Amino acid sequence: MSQNAPDPGARALDRSDVRLRHDEGLGGAIRAFLDRIRSGDLGMLPVAVGLVIISLVFSALNPVFLAPNNLVNLLFDCATVGVISLGIVCVLMVGEIDLSVGSMSGFASAMVGMLWVNNGWPVAVAILAALAVGALVGTLYAFLFNRLGMPSFVATLAGLLAILGLQLYILGTSGSINLPYQSPLVKFGQVLLMPAWLSHALALLPGIVLVVIGLGNMNRRRAANLSPGSMGGLIVRAVVLTLALEAVVYYLNLGRGVPWMFGLFVALVLVMNYAFTRTKWGRSMIAVGGNREAARRAGINVRFIYTSAFVLCSMFAALGGILSAARLASASQQAGTGDVNLNAIAAAVIGGTSLFGGRGSAYSALLGIIVIQAIASGLTLLNLSSSLRYMITGGVLAIAVIVDSLARRSRVSHGRA
Amino acid sequence: MTDIAGADARRTEPVLSLRNVSKNFGAVSALTDIELDVHAGEVVALVGDNGAGKSTLVKILAGVHQPSSGTIRFMGQEVQLTDPGAALDLGIATVFQDLALCENLDVVANIFLGREAVPWRLDEVAMEVRAWTLLNELSARIPSVREPVASLSGGQRQTVAIARSLLLEPKLIMLDEPTAALGVAQTAEVLNLIERVRDRGLGVIMISHNMEDVRAVADRIVVLRLGRNNGVFLPDASNHELVAAITGATENAVSRRASRREAPRMTAQEEPR
Repeated sequence: MSQNAPDPGARALDRSDVRLRHDEGLGGAIRAFLDRIRSGDLGMLPVAVGLVIISLVFSALNPVFLAPNNLVNLLFDCATVGVISLGIVCVLMVGEIDLSVGSMSGFASAMVGMLWVNNGWPVAVAILAALAVGALVGTLYAFLFNRLGMPSFVATLAGLLAILGLQLYILGTSGSINLPYQSPLVKFGQVLLMPAWLSHALALLPGIVLVVIGLGNMNRRRAANLSPGSMGGLIVRAVVLTLALEAVVYYLNLGRGVPWMFGLFVALVLVMNYAFTRTKWGRSMIAVGGNREAARRAGINVRFIYTSAFVLCSMFAALGGILSAARLASASQQAGTGDVNLNAIAAAVIGGTSLFGGRGSAYSALLGIIVIQAIASGLTLLNLSSSLRYMITGGVLAIAVIVDSLARRSRVSHGRA
Repeated sequence: MTDIAGADARRTEPVLSLRNVSKNFGAVSALTDIELDVHAGEVVALVGDNGAGKSTLVKILAGVHQPSSGTIRFMGQEVQLTDPGAALDLGIATVFQDLALCENLDVVANIFLGREAVPWRLDEVAMEVRAWTLLNELSARIPSVREPVASLSGGQRQTVAIARSLLLEPKLIMLDEPTAALGVAQTAEVLNLIERVRDRGLGVIMISHNMEDVRAVADRIVVLRLGRNNGVFLPDASNHELVAAITGATENAVSRRASRREAPRMTAQEEPR
């Protein structure tokens, strides 16, 4: 036994096992990355490849696709459904589904229209009321799921119809409510853009944060006799990230600039990412999605976790609905219908959140929605009929799920499921 | 056999004391009027055939199932183990037979699952150091604590589950088949660990089918049969007696097989000692 005991002076605590290949330095980081890909842990690779293909195809067919202002519009559109997709990530994380997010978003936009425009409530109060109703709907789903054992699939399918009914009811005979163009909400959804200097400064931030936190971690790990990780890898990641973000921001600023609404979406993604990865709640979400019974036996309040997932999902759906109302400057009967549901779910899956639970990240909503909206925007520019658009979008969704399933199978065979 | 209980009179009050505990699953009585005492610094082995109710009893004590009737006293107080969190908070830690690990989480996350120190800002470095300390105490062979548990072997998972139960410094630790998936060295380590835990004054309940392991560490051997108490033995009881209590008869499949082979040793179910 003793010859394998760790020798604190010689080796770091987590490097004492002789069987493990230790990837040190930059080369090691690259090798570890390739190993991960090979074993089916694809991460953001499918999205990156997908975006490159989409850009090449669509810009070949119509050069306007890559024009700065088209991309700015794309980001406006991303923010609305992207926020809804962020909620979908929450429910997928615990291995459940919410099919009613489209209706919920439509109902929220109708509520804001009715309370604010028709009844003269302050816009902030109307928005809060819509969010509160979203929370209420999520609580109801959680009650049906936790206490009555109703599968979330069926409960939210029923909710899809019921909430759509509510939306049609409060919109009444007119069928749509126009939001005033000069109001801050509509400006936020249509024209408010960051100043160029601010967007460039914000694009610097992730790289700086990455380096600061990374160096802090390295020092703490070294002090605790753990292997600190690769300094070179950290620097390269920070530099590549910063260069990429600055390039994107520069390009967008050639057009109108970076929308504030997209900034809000990214901020929400970052908050959710922190919640998923660095809090006890996020850890519990992943655990419940992976093995519900094990999570329960570890003392996790499983019902509370499910409730929080459903409530967050419905609230994000409501917020997404409000944003899309601001985007369109109207609350109509069409809001939230059609492909909103499917786009939100597809974005989460394309971004890498598993349909089977216990695996995913907040970034998947951001990356997935960019792919989805890029396809939608490209197809619109080609003037294709909606019949063709639906078929192509459906095909892309199928491919995304196939990639997810194949990667999952590969992970199982590599012992990393 | 029951006079053995008298030997415990010199000790203080038991850590855990069960009286008339029963559990029904519909028409099936999984447990009927179970009595069990565990004292501080004592290893109680729970043995019995498949379906004797050992795992059900463990799950009741872990708060996974609730008893249909009967009382549970822990540290002198009558307690209701309404959910697993309640049992953990009292200081009853359990290593389940199916280990109850989340395969999609890494080793560190599994060890600390539900017990993270700072809920709003997980301290990964501190958690990793503590995880390595626990695992090294068990002489674990885990190459990396940052791999998902899905990539570990059965024995490695068992060690992770045991390490997790030790995290909270429990007063009573229950091990359901702790050595079933372990190699020779790890089995010895787990038995050493059980003795170390006992010497720290904790109560230990151990379920095992391996009579050799049971005799090696147990202070008392409690036999269950068909959901009822069927005798309490000291570790020097003969295999014949134990098997008789487990199977419920002196004339049984094991003894018939032994006499048929006319082997001088009466070892059954296990290798010769």
